Amino acid sequence: MLQAAAFYVLSAVAILSAFMVVSARNPVRSVLFLILAFFSAAGLFVLLGAEFLAMILVIVYVGAVAVLFLFVVMMLDIDFAALRQGFLSYLPLGGLVALIMAIELAMIGSLWVSAETAQFALRSPTPEGVSNIEALGAILYDDYVLFFQLAGLVLLVAMVGAIVLTLRHRQGTKRQDVGRQVRRTREESVEVVDIKSGEGIG
Amino acid sequence: MDALLLEYLPILIFFGIAAAMGVGFILAAFVLAPSDPDPEKVSTYECGFNAFDDARMKFDVRFYLVAILFIIFDLEVAFLFPWLFPVFEGNLFAFWSMICFLGVLTIGFLYEWRKGALDWE
Repeated sequence: MLQAAAFYVLSAVAILSAFMVVSARNPVRSVLFLILAFFSAAGLFVLLGAEFLAMILVIVYVGAVAVLFLFVVMMLDIDFAALRQGFLSYLPLGGLVALIMAIELAMIGSLWVSAETAQFALRSPTPEGVSNIEALGAILYDDYVLFFQLAGLVLLVAMVGAIVLTLRHRQGTKRQDVGRQVRRTREESVEVVDIKSGEGIG
Repeated sequence: MDALLLEYLPILIFFGIAAAMGVGFILAAFVLAPSDPDPEKVSTYECGFNAFDDARMKFDVRFYLVAILFIIFDLEVAFLFPWLFPVFEGNLFAFWSMICFLGVLTIGFLYEWRKGALDWE
């Protein structure tokens, strides 16, 4: 009873806030509604028993990704009113894509319910009496070591890609070189000059 | 299942307290603060001038680079939490698998260090 009530409240909030993400006039509000949608999705994960995923969703998506979105949206030099001009003309195409995706999701869902092999596809259900994170830790690092290492490689590629795409060293800017600062001695940086009165340093 | 949900009751209570405090402060400011608006007083201004421009402007992509690198290491740390359980059970393979994972990311970290992506100019 409590579970059903929590599920309906969380899904209603998730769907409403997802709708507000695309319909809000101000993009900053869109991002704030996106954060609300992430929170509701985290609540749904808790209901499914995936508590670790729920907390990671809050830490990574709400804590990092949504803040990055907010940052980008607030700083981008885009006229958002002009961006929304073509909303109605894009509606048929966007609606078609959404419809196809909804049909595909419905097909996957119905096949999942009816397929006899579905229960075998659930490779590692959480054992009884073990917390979610413990069950995950028990299989992630040895049974699924290939996927784990591939995840590491994906992160490496993301890191290198971000640097290659965005890092430009501007010429002529002054950079701080801490090693050189520390190596500097009194002898090479200060010169005491004895100047005779009235002659200057010429 | 209801027992599990009841474990999250403190979080719900905290959300309630946070919401009550947020709404309470706004309402208190609305009710208690003296308010005598005037078109000149409430108009936007910038150091005594009318606002020149929008707050949005072109921004150095370097800020996003720092944020993206932060997210990547955030994810790396997320992988460390479930790792505690096999390690304390003495699973050596899981231990070295994580060390390998961290090694791959350390290569990336050294790359960004050498490239100067973490320096500010």
